[in-house]
Amino acid sequence: MPIKSYLAYPHKGKKKYLQQAFLALEGCEVLPADNEDLLILVTETDSREAEDCLKKKLEAIPSLKLLAMVSGFDTPKP
Amino acid sequence: MYPSLHTDRRSFLKKMAMLSAMTAAAGMFPGILFAEEQERGIPADTDLDWKKAPCRFCGVGCGVLIGTENGKAIAVKGDPKSTVNKGLCCVKGYHSIMALYGKDRLTKPLVKKNGSYVETSMKEALDLVASKMQETIKEHGKDAVSIYGSGQWTIPDGYVASKLFKGCIGTNNVEANARLCMSTAVTGFMTSFGIDEPMGCYEDIDHADTFVLWGNNMAEMHPVLFSRLLDQRLRRGVKIKDFATRTTRTSMAADKSILFIPQTDLAVANAICYEIINNGWVNTEFVQEHCNFNKGLTEMGYGLEDNYQFTDKPEAISFEDYKTFLEDYAPEKVARLSGVSVKDIKYLAAHFGDPNKKVMSLWCMGPNQHSRGTWMNNLIYNIHLLTGKISNPGNSPFSLTGQPSACGTVREVGTLTHKLPHGVVTNKKDREFAAKIWNVPVENIDPKPTYHTVEMFRALDRGDIRFMWIQVTNPMVTMPKLKLYRDGANKEGRFIVVSDIYPTPTTDVADVILPSAMWIEREGMYGNSERRTQYFEQMVQPPGEAMSDTVQLLEVAKRMGFEKQFYYKDETHIEEIYNEYRKHHEGKKHNMAPLEVLKSQPGAMWPYVDGKSTQWRFNAKYDPACSNGKDFHFYGKEDGRAVIWQRPYEPAAEEPDAEYPYWLCTGRVVEHWHTGSMTRRIPVLHQAMPHSYVELNPGDAKRLQILTGDKVKLTTRRGEITLPASINERGVPAPMQVFVPFFDENMLINEITLDSFCPISKEPDYKKCAVNVEKA
Repeated sequence: MPIKSYLAYPHKGKKKYLQQAFLALEGCEVLPADNEDLLILVTETDSREAEDCLKKKLEAIPSLKLLAMVSGFDTPKP
Repeated sequence: MYPSLHTDRRSFLKKMAMLSAMTAAAGMFPGILFAEEQERGIPADTDLDWKKAPCRFCGVGCGVLIGTENGKAIAVKGDPKSTVNKGLCCVKGYHSIMALYGKDRLTKPLVKKNGSYVETSMKEALDLVASKMQETIKEHGKDAVSIYGSGQWTIPDGYVASKLFKGCIGTNNVEANARLCMSTAVTGFMTSFGIDEPMGCYEDIDHADTFVLWGNNMAEMHPVLFSRLLDQRLRRGVKIKDFATRTTRTSMAADKSILFIPQTDLAVANAICYEIINNGWVNTEFVQEHCNFNKGLTEMGYGLEDNYQFTDKPEAISFEDYKTFLEDYAPEKVARLSGVSVKDIKYLAAHFGDPNKKVMSLWCMGPNQHSRGTWMNNLIYNIHLLTGKISNPGNSPFSLTGQPSACGTVREVGTLTHKLPHGVVTNKKDREFAAKIWNVPVENIDPKPTYHTVEMFRALDRGDIRFMWIQVTNPMVTMPKLKLYRDGANKEGRFIVVSDIYPTPTTDVADVILPSAMWIEREGMYGNSERRTQYFEQMVQPPGEAMSDTVQLLEVAKRMGFEKQFYYKDETHIEEIYNEYRKHHEGKKHNMAPLEVLKSQPGAMWPYVDGKSTQWRFNAKYDPACSNGKDFHFYGKEDGRAVIWQRPYEPAAEEPDAEYPYWLCTGRVVEHWHTGSMTRRIPVLHQAMPHSYVELNPGDAKRLQILTGDKVKLTTRRGEITLPASINERGVPAPMQVFVPFFDENMLINEITLDSFCPISKEPDYKKCAVNVEKA
């Protein structure tokens, strides 16, 4: 059950759109910086397959310029 | 079966993931704000008063802002002005204030009467402590009383303890738990450079190209600093090399993880030196100009016997002698001993050897809690000295600390048996200097050190020590071979005073328990790993009759007749003590910043000269104390030259055999700080990691038919303990090795550890003994 955190860089002027796009996806938690064009994204999925699927959806978001992974944890299912 | 941790752990891991990202972001955008997260949990419509403090927990010394309202601390956030953490904290830091409000805080003094504890007033308890101490001195002599403190003592706590015991009572029975974690770092610095503490600072992280982590699980033990390394990797592509005996979160995050067989780091470090010399990577000009070569005694033993004594005898050698010595450490020979491939040894050496790469070595308990720890510290310095990669931004051998003031209080104030705030008790001039500031006859200060920590508890067991005052530490969890020392403390005719904030296994052996004020319930200073002294004011009132350790000591000192030396006024005592303490360190080599500077900013690094912190010592470009007219000046040594030491590989005190075929290593976890007496009272941390466990290698577990959660019996020559198994969870030990954290007072792993220690530093080796492993 992977948990990952990312730094997400929006295209210029698209920070709000990017935040909304993340929140529309299941398993995403977003924390926007107040004074920089940057968002923190934490994802939680049930399996590696679901994680890969989510990653593809994230990368397809037009307002996303760059997604940089910071940390990843994988816990077995309870 | 023990219950699964997974459900509780998931919310914790999400929090960790979020904090890691915030820390990385702060590295890239200093001053970045995440108001939503930082203010989550703060009640709406509050009018908080935010004040700065260093974090209560580890030795990194993150700056935090504490929000108080109506006399209660209710919020914490990272201090964006702090250069240490740039506005962020780890999960312990964010929850630190909750440790103030555990349900079972000690609020009244307790005195043991007929086997049970009776509440009394602070006045009566302090009267009893003073009279018992005087009675013990009268009956058994001054060396029958002792004080055992810690790297969590504030600077004023440690200072008045040292002044009372060494200056007034006249005994050197002053020790601190930093003996168990940092004394090896001290002897490493003293033998190689003649002066303690790192030459560099955290800013080295922003300049280095390669980080070599020597037995150092930074991801869990120093998470904020480790996030700074990860951030540099994102920004500049720096490389992180993990050199360890166990696969950890640090290994998983590193670019390369290299595992070695316990104790053979000595051989690998020598093999790196061999490669540096044989490939022509020596910075000849630097070595010729700034280094000497020495060798010391070998086959020193391991300190296992009572009254063990050892003094090294340094002897000068030539570069050619040293080169010949290293012939035994060719990579091909060392690979067989260490389990590290020739290729990996050469790979590590090449990073140090590359003149275009800046290298930072980081280490903490791996090389320090090591029966040849001083040697291991020397060997890391050897590598940096041979290549001239030292005392320059990004070129930095950096010894990390574990406690918030191990450096500030234990190492700088000198709360160890042989130390004075400036210098050592064995030096007449140092005694005269201290006696003058302390306003005591110089004859009061005994020129002979007495007991280091392990020996101090052995002396308590023997009856040579009859009175022990323990402040802000929990030795009845942390002492190795614990049963021996607990039985000693419980013997008839011993009187134990414990000052703490919560009941612990150590308060269980006390005759008097004094409730202490914690952290921001009083005023004080801590000194962190990078020589940074940080001030905090009193922000909230302590509960009940709880009182700062400083005031407890002052009150007892006055009751013992030392009013003249402990003249400080109630309302200004911390300022007066700090100003007096500063006198011990006057001069360009160690000047401490004035209190008003510490009050106005998130700390200052000593030597603080002409209104400026010194970031890189021994380098004339940055350090005003350099006076030899050269580019570098290792002024801790009389001739201004650092020492490259010839130190061989020698086996550990106890290695696996047929009866006890596994290695046992102990350590910490990210959720808990040391013995967990504070963090286990913080619900989110306790729920995330409610009990201890034993990590096994998956192959060993399969062979023994052990699954995660199964009970496992560990047996050593000292005893046995049963713990739940952990396989492929947090960390993964190498085959035939097990790892157990020590935070859990209900599963005391130190019941079965060995009390061997480094003969030079007297620091125990908690990382290595032989153990048998069975399914229980």
